[in-house]
Amino acid sequence: MIGMISLAKRIRTIIESIGHRVADSIWRLGCATRFVLLVLLKSLPSFLRFHLITREIYFAGVLSLIIILVSGLFVGMVLGLQGYETLQKFGSESAVGTLVALSLVRELGPVIAALLFASRAGSAMTAEIGLMKATEQLAAMGMMAVDPIARIVAPRFWGGVFSMPLLAAMFSVMGVFGGYLVTVVFIGVDEGSFWSQMQNSVDFRYDIVNGVIKSCFFGVVVTAIAVFEGFDAPPTAEGVSGATTRTVVTSSLAILGLDFVLTAFMFRGVS
Amino acid sequence: MADDALIEFSKVNFSYGLRPILKGVDMRMSRGQVIAIMGGSGSGKTTLLRLIGGEVRPSAGSVTVAGQVVHELGRNELFRLRRKMGMLFQFGALFTDLSVFDNVAFQMREHTNLPESMIRDLVLMKLHAVGLRGAYHLMPAQLSGGMARRVALARSIALDPMLMMFDEPFTGLDPISLSVIGGLIRRLTDTLGMTSILVTHDVQESLRIVDYIYFLADGVIAAHGTPDEVRESKVPFVHQFIHGETDGPVPFHYQAQAYSQDLGIGVMER
Repeated sequence: MIGMISLAKRIRTIIESIGHRVADSIWRLGCATRFVLLVLLKSLPSFLRFHLITREIYFAGVLSLIIILVSGLFVGMVLGLQGYETLQKFGSESAVGTLVALSLVRELGPVIAALLFASRAGSAMTAEIGLMKATEQLAAMGMMAVDPIARIVAPRFWGGVFSMPLLAAMFSVMGVFGGYLVTVVFIGVDEGSFWSQMQNSVDFRYDIVNGVIKSCFFGVVVTAIAVFEGFDAPPTAEGVSGATTRTVVTSSLAILGLDFVLTAFMFRGVS
Repeated sequence: MADDALIEFSKVNFSYGLRPILKGVDMRMSRGQVIAIMGGSGSGKTTLLRLIGGEVRPSAGSVTVAGQVVHELGRNELFRLRRKMGMLFQFGALFTDLSVFDNVAFQMREHTNLPESMIRDLVLMKLHAVGLRGAYHLMPAQLSGGMARRVALARSIALDPMLMMFDEPFTGLDPISLSVIGGLIRRLTDTLGMTSILVTHDVQESLRIVDYIYFLADGVIAAHGTPDEVRESKVPFVHQFIHGETDGPVPFHYQAQAYSQDLGIGVMER
């Protein structure tokens, strides 16, 4: 009898803790949404003083260039190698250009660039805002009658949103160049067919524009997560480090999940 | 004095969650004075400043600043009021990505349309007042603790506030920096015609520079008076605080069960 009661108690505790976690996550999601809406509402001043956004584009975008370009080059080279390896079995190695370009423009460009962007720029954004909060800089700004969301968060948000599609595009360009380098220059696939096959099968509206749309979505999601986590971080060393980790983990999962949803809407094997 | 009150606390209650911090605080602070609020760590002193700045709302009672009830103000009115206030945070809270010059110029650039040449002159004047005109080009990371606090002081008086709040301005300073900051608070209050509120537990420096002192203990004002009255005070708490005695109304030991019980030494029966 007593065993039954204690078992029932344990089950109850488990169910309660699950309930708490679910309710907490939903509550947090609500907070994040309201926060992003607040950021959007308070964005006008940053656009009127565009140098604030330019500065953040430099920090989020320009400083991420090295990692994006190098990764793009290597991803493209690997795609070229693997593509050639498989395609030559069917005697269609000239289609390797198509394979490289389509994989990059539709999927790998936006997705990998966004993952790198989250770990390079997103984590930096969270850490910076979190530390500003921990060292009372945000409170000090508020006491000077300057709204920290308008002055600190909004420019960073838009800086990230503008940088992301550009970085993804550069990633794809670098990737195509890497594929070209490996297949045409090193392996010796015919250069004319490499480019012409690519040109024939990559559609501007269907492939490139959809890829750009994806990267815009990723930019908004990653930057929103990064600024929210930073602003919401508990003002301690532990709190900031936890928030930085959460930015990278949450935005990576969000990128991959969102990519699936967007792909399902965009590419349904119609072409 | 009654008519000249800049700040008035009336029956202010405040709690963090279920933990009550302030229980019916009444204070009046006159214009042009330097007022210290003293009390042990965690007694809610900083909360008083946050109530004046409107960062938190009282759970009961009201805080009136220059005739306006702070928690009833809308966001824009609150921000307008805050422009007339300055606050010096415990460790300065300088913007680490801006130079000393840009830190001091921050409010002028945000709130005014002054030409850059005039901002430059004003910033140098403010820095000169705290003795750091020569340090305008440094970054906050290159400053010592005392210098950082002086820069933060220059930044908070940038727009000539009517009210300055100092959150533990003396913590962690060497004796020289300490009396420099203390002297600056007094001098700037007098020359700029401000009112200054000091939250501190540095007894000696405060008694030297302030006009009036409030003691906060257990969420209520335990005593108040001028420095001379405070020195002579027979109130046990004030006496313990001023003389730094380890035991008294504020006990040395945190609440616990009997010592013998904790060590497992029962009273032996004979």
